[in-house]
Amino acid sequence: MSYVTHADLGGRTGFGRVVPEDENEGFHEAWEPLALAITVAMGATGSWTIDQSRAARETLPDYLQLGYYQIWIGALEKLMLERGLVTEQEIAQAQVLQPAKPLARVLRAADTPAALARGSATDRPDARVQVAFNVGDRVRTRSHEVPHHTRLPGYARGKVGTIERVHGPHVFADTSGQGLGEHPQPLYTVVFDGRELWGDDAAPGLRVSIDAWQPYLEAA
Amino acid sequence: MAGHEHHHPDHDEHSELSETEIRVRALQSVLAQKGYVDPAALDVIVDTYQTKIGPRNGALVVAKSWTDPQFREWLLRDATAAISSLGYTGRQGEHMVAVENTDAVHNMVVCTLCSCYPWPVLGLPPVWYKSAPYRSRAVRDPRGVLADFGLQLPETTEVRVWDSTAEVRYLVVPQRPKGTDHLDEAQLAELVTRDSMIGTGLPRQP
Repeated sequence: MSYVTHADLGGRTGFGRVVPEDENEGFHEAWEPLALAITVAMGATGSWTIDQSRAARETLPDYLQLGYYQIWIGALEKLMLERGLVTEQEIAQAQVLQPAKPLARVLRAADTPAALARGSATDRPDARVQVAFNVGDRVRTRSHEVPHHTRLPGYARGKVGTIERVHGPHVFADTSGQGLGEHPQPLYTVVFDGRELWGDDAAPGLRVSIDAWQPYLEAA
Repeated sequence: MAGHEHHHPDHDEHSELSETEIRVRALQSVLAQKGYVDPAALDVIVDTYQTKIGPRNGALVVAKSWTDPQFREWLLRDATAAISSLGYTGRQGEHMVAVENTDAVHNMVVCTLCSCYPWPVLGLPPVWYKSAPYRSRAVRDPRGVLADFGLQLPETTEVRVWDSTAEVRYLVVPQRPKGTDHLDEAQLAELVTRDSMIGTGLPRQP
């Protein structure tokens, strides 16, 4: 497997306790708002998909050592370097050394409120795909690893669950994350009994769901 | 913020910029010079998530669902439309699902793969939501996580965890606290905490 994600954390142990935070606490470092803003603004240029940006983040080798906005910035640099939009030297010197490349679009201040309020829907209701499962159907998730970005968490691989909601076709993260296009696939909420995921250790009464695209599933 | 310098002459011992800060500011400068980002747009983005979009939006959605049965029914059937009718739309909230807590079921939301979170109703996620401890344990030991928040649920309550692994974003609709019949929607909204809409807390008592 040449593709390694460091972000698939569900069910892993040893990370310690959760530290709650007051809801009025906002950013923790002066540079964090800027990191958010340039990440959102560069995302709006259409130079990569959200799935490609997730793939860039989860494959950062030091993912688990970085703060979340550091992960964003690390991935942003990686995406821009890959596309030749900036060079390592330009970042190091904070200076433009190469001419700018043309972008599909640039997010202007006047258009920003509308763009944020619009978002980017990923449902594709008109996509012509066969919906294979209905609410209540029993399904088994794919058990093998894949050598690319995917959104089937490791803890839910090869498990039997029940279709709880049918969301219709959505952009398929696996192809979109590889830059191979949207290839919309039916999306489902699949719910698992805790014991199916964690065996006899499972807390009584626990149920956990994931949202899974049809290619992750087969009839059980 | 864009283009501004932040000098703190009275705090020289703190004035050394971190490596990350230097890099972020360098990036901003290069991107602006190349015309990839509009510095004024960066200011609008920051202002939006610092002053306009946050958990008070979600609190109003929940409070309305407590007082208006028709809205509640709509929210549980088509959360995207119901929430959008209150003006909360957009990025990271394009496909919303609202899940209601009852005496029998307590809902809790996580993204084990990154930090998926319903921005239009809750704002930007807190640090713990994005952290390895929460993401690893929420799906396996949710009661242990709730204990970290000082919350203990009755043994008979089922814990239902929603892992946001696609672009669907979840809003927990907590139970209305008892003894709040005399409160109006705005007063009720003040009882709705961010954590109660993620499922790691309960609303405040009046």
